[in-house]
Amino acid sequence: MAERMGFFTDTSVCIGCKACEVACKEWNDVPDDGFVFRATSYDNTGALGADTWRHVAFIEQSRVVRRQEEPPGPGERAGEPADGQEGIEGWLMSSDVCKHCTHAACLDVCPTGALFRTEFGTVVVQADVCNGCGYCVPACPYGVIDRRERDGRAFKCTMCYDRQLGGLEPACAKACPTDSIQFGPLDELRARAEERVERLRGEGRPQARLYGASPEDGVGGDGAFFLLLDEPEVYGLPPDPVVTTRDLPAMWRWAAGAALSLAGAVAVSFLSTRRGR
Amino acid sequence: MRRGEEAMVPEAEFRSYYGQPIIKSPVWHEPHMPVYLYLGGLSGAASAMALAAGAGGNARLALTARVTAALGATTGAAFLVAELGRPERFLNMMRVFKPTSPMSMGSWLLAVHGGLTALAAASALGPVLPASRATAILRVPAVAALLPAAGDAAAVVTALTGPLMSTYTAVLLADTAVPAWHEAHRELPFLFAGSALASAGAAGMLTTPRAQAAPARAAAVLGAVAETVAGVVMERRLGLVGEPYRLGKAGRRMRAARALTVGGGLLAAVAGRSRVLTGLSGVALTAGALCTRFGVLEAGKASAADPKYTVVPQRRRLDAGEPASVPARR
Repeated sequence: MAERMGFFTDTSVCIGCKACEVACKEWNDVPDDGFVFRATSYDNTGALGADTWRHVAFIEQSRVVRRQEEPPGPGERAGEPADGQEGIEGWLMSSDVCKHCTHAACLDVCPTGALFRTEFGTVVVQADVCNGCGYCVPACPYGVIDRRERDGRAFKCTMCYDRQLGGLEPACAKACPTDSIQFGPLDELRARAEERVERLRGEGRPQARLYGASPEDGVGGDGAFFLLLDEPEVYGLPPDPVVTTRDLPAMWRWAAGAALSLAGAVAVSFLSTRRGR
Repeated sequence: MRRGEEAMVPEAEFRSYYGQPIIKSPVWHEPHMPVYLYLGGLSGAASAMALAAGAGGNARLALTARVTAALGATTGAAFLVAELGRPERFLNMMRVFKPTSPMSMGSWLLAVHGGLTALAAASALGPVLPASRATAILRVPAVAALLPAAGDAAAVVTALTGPLMSTYTAVLLADTAVPAWHEAHRELPFLFAGSALASAGAAGMLTTPRAQAAPARAAAVLGAVAETVAGVVMERRLGLVGEPYRLGKAGRRMRAARALTVGGGLLAAVAGRSRVLTGLSGVALTAGALCTRFGVLEAGKASAADPKYTVVPQRRRLDAGEPASVPARR
């Protein structure tokens, strides 16, 4: 296997331009995901899905405004929040993507072998094998992969497997104008991310944290990890994801117990009614 | 983005991205998926009943149980194929044998179980079916000579695959990120096993003369008890994560399932010689088992749709200083 490749998405320099979304769609021929005005923020794609392989989240963070002198009155300028109302404190922007987990639930549960681990350590669906069973969809702890209903098969980010085979970086990373999306060998990215988060904390951003960078977490670490400026759930990410198949042996044990009980109950039904005939 | 407005229970406060779900809802459709869950369970429990009835000399119940097992597995398989996004590729399920995928294991199990229940049913039906062109194959001398022994051997094997057929579907659902399913992985197999037993008992009651149906009635009662107890235990143990089983559409279905199963079980216990009560009981138990499967699917969808069920337990884990790991820390 070649070196494990990954994405480090440093959200502290994301400017929300969505070039990654566009580049991804262009390169991978990802269909339209609907021109929807969501009325929440500048986000008009909403979430990752079969037709959205990069998703830029916009979070407007507000705080209660307290003004010392001017009381609120008719002279107030339009658009300015009055005393006690919420004003915009800041923006968080983050380009979300498939995490290419070390322990990938979608890959574990796929019954056809359509999902496989590439030589770059990424997780990719083979469109010519997928039969659209849909099992990967609820298995993903991040809600990434989805079934394209008009097509019937499941789709998600491939980390531009075809471009990587040609020695190119993925389209989103190539297009990112601020290097918020960085592509490279995962070990290098992790070291670079550690430095970056230390620097940000030193500069007075104590909220800065890495997400998905630790191989000790519930999915064995993400191939695509993030530097976040707030709690993961604020970005629509699960705070402590776990690969569901971790508990599969226990699940089979309980099912075996239930199967034995069922056989026993059938035997009891017959033995208890023997004298009746 | 903070939520704390719902009154009844002390509401867990959590943050989210505009209240959007974190995980994806199961894409499985109604009626395909829940009807398959019912039919697969029915087939599994019926094949166990068929062997017990045959061993006990109850030929009539053995016959109907074998036929029920075969019909359940084959029509169930048809529902599964129709559920696929690409039904013409259903044979891709046989490309790999993959222990990490309950659906792969289930596909192989269903293939073996379905084939063998069909064989067992054919051997039992051979002597009783009227001669016609469709059944001519059963009277080919070589077939007629081999079929009884092959059918009995198949019936023995299906009595082993049957109980797994009735319970693997619980693993299928639990092996997802859906909190209401994953966290229920202890009770779901017992819920489904009980429901399957009640279904097979009900089918036996409905298709077998009452004199021969006593074991089916007993199975129906036992199944109804098991299904009810497992459901109650599950909802109690799960707490917040089990909420979807009690609220909204899923809650209504689960309550309907509970009422039909308890009612059907009680009727089965007292039905005795009454044709009407037996019929009512069989129909109620069947409806209850179906409601259970539709309710569990709906609860899974509701559990995935509200980020609360994903975020709150994970946040509690982190706040308690016990983050997830692979393998789990003990």
